[in-house]
Amino acid sequence: MAEIQLNSLAHSYSKTPSGPEDYAIRQMSHVWHKGGAYALLGPSGCGKSTMLNIISGLLAPSEGEVLFDNVKVNELSPKDRNIAQVFQFPVIYDSMTVYDNLAFPLRNAGMPKAKIQAKVDEIAAILELGEVLHNKAKNLTADEKQKVSMGRGLVRDDVSAILFDEPLTVIDPQLKWKLRRKLKQIHEQFNITMVYVTHDQLEASTFADKIAVMYEGQIVQFGTPRELFERPNHTFVGYFIGSPGMNLIDVERVSGGVRFDDFTVALSQVQQRATEHSPSQNLKIGIRPEFLHVSNQPSDDTFKCKVKDVEDLGTYKIVSLQLGSQAILARVDEDHEIAGDTVYVGFPPQWLKLYIDEFLVEEQDA
Amino acid sequence: MNKVTNNKAWWLVLPVFILVAFSALIPLMTVVNYSVQDIFGPNNAYFVGTDWFREVLRDDRLQDSLIRQFVFSGAVLLIQIPLGIGVALMMPTSGKKASLCLILLAIPLLIPWNVVGTIWQIFGRGDIGLFGWGLNELGMDYNYTASTADAWATVLLMDVWHWTPLVALLCYSGLRAIPEAFYQAAEIDRASKWAVFRYIQLPRLKSVLVIAVLLRFMDSFMIYTEPFVLTGGGPGSSTTFLSQTLTTMAIGQFDIGRAAAFSLIYFLIVLLVSWLFFTAITHLDKQK
Repeated sequence: MAEIQLNSLAHSYSKTPSGPEDYAIRQMSHVWHKGGAYALLGPSGCGKSTMLNIISGLLAPSEGEVLFDNVKVNELSPKDRNIAQVFQFPVIYDSMTVYDNLAFPLRNAGMPKAKIQAKVDEIAAILELGEVLHNKAKNLTADEKQKVSMGRGLVRDDVSAILFDEPLTVIDPQLKWKLRRKLKQIHEQFNITMVYVTHDQLEASTFADKIAVMYEGQIVQFGTPRELFERPNHTFVGYFIGSPGMNLIDVERVSGGVRFDDFTVALSQVQQRATEHSPSQNLKIGIRPEFLHVSNQPSDDTFKCKVKDVEDLGTYKIVSLQLGSQAILARVDEDHEIAGDTVYVGFPPQWLKLYIDEFLVEEQDA
Repeated sequence: MNKVTNNKAWWLVLPVFILVAFSALIPLMTVVNYSVQDIFGPNNAYFVGTDWFREVLRDDRLQDSLIRQFVFSGAVLLIQIPLGIGVALMMPTSGKKASLCLILLAIPLLIPWNVVGTIWQIFGRGDIGLFGWGLNELGMDYNYTASTADAWATVLLMDVWHWTPLVALLCYSGLRAIPEAFYQAAEIDRASKWAVFRYIQLPRLKSVLVIAVLLRFMDSFMIYTEPFVLTGGGPGSSTTFLSQTLTTMAIGQFDIGRAAAFSLIYFLIVLLVSWLFFTAITHLDKQK
């Protein structure tokens, strides 16, 4: 087990990067603490896999350093870093049996036979591979192959960390849920540092204690699922986390608040001061669809909206609204009646976020 | 159930059948025809049944060539397959260097067979050949026209030079088809270089190796031109392989019946060994 520290790390696949867009990972620093279960969440192509390969040592970063327990490991091979990694698509040694596949990393490390047997049996039991343990690995189904692939990482309980690169992509949904639970159990049992790469927020939040959201080669926020939901640091986090994502509206500053179309929205004092001190014209307000206050009666500080569509999703409804030129979404309870085609929405101040240059303006108490 | 029977479709196979008949079946049948007759001249032939076959199988000269042939093919496989794999493993994987290596490797394959024989015939000469002269200068008593061991070494060396590139090219293509993920996984699993070779590269080279071994067995078993040009089968008959014995018999001595019988046996041996080999490999594949 180790604490993994990334110091001003950057990576470009091009030999002569000319600008930030040539970088798969833009300069950043980050710490994965010892024994944590982390998820690395982000859209395809944001640099998640690159970062994983840099941590494991399959890829040498073009800039910056990787530290394991404060020791620089840039020059060390994956073997010497003692790290396990599970890939997106199953990799199995097809000339071997399932047992030999699972025993392979242990044999390579020269572990005594009896200990290998015990370890392989333990992991095979957890992953429910007992029945096929002595079959040739190449005749397995895709699910089983991926379990073997994962098993090869999990048999090694002395590793610095286990990295998962979207390991459940090829697994069907039923089993997916089960395997995710298993991983969590294994984490609780052995307390190994685990980093789990995914583009699925549900997967990330069920597996991890803390989630790092990656966007355009940078970690834009690192926090608990709840923090990501309630206080997205960056407009991308707001948009990417949650279903549907945060409503983001371009605004311009006016005295006492901000304005879009003919609507003026009041801001808190902290937010107002931030708008006054920033020269940027890139201002946005954001509010989660869950936190919009929707009512059939007008009151103070509400805006009149046209109802475009109501989508009933069983336990809740998604209401599409037209507010001036802006299309916004609201998420309301199943029993919340939407009468007629006009409603009044309010922006509760504690949930109204202000973004300058895409980054959140923090409230003082936060 | 009403099954529509329309055998007219078989006519579509006719062109292929005719082509195969002319290219393979008819020539083969003429050989079969000769092998069961003793022919003295036009309209003067006697049916002798399996006499030629019996005689041929007891012929010392042919038995010796057959043993020599098996030793030669065995040696060719034992040297060229591991060497070809080794060369393929050492080749660069991409870039200009890889293209250069591929071109250099392919050169021996493009040289006509009798030219290969001639090249080595001169190359190995003690007076004007670099190879022969060099060995003699180093104090070795090398003379492929006089010593059986030297003749064998030279024939083998020539074949290794000529055909190892084929094995190497086949293996190279096989190696390039292994996805990067396997090497990454092996690196993560702390596999040694040997383990990577033994458990990833070798199993994944199996299908190209089957082809390489089959091709090299068949070609080396039927070798004629190169040793004929290089040593003429000598010294004595020490490098006289089956094809040469057969040619001498059929064209030199015009012993058509016997030669025909031996051709058929020769053909059946190649067929049988290839079949045995192929079944063994595919059978291994199916095992659970």
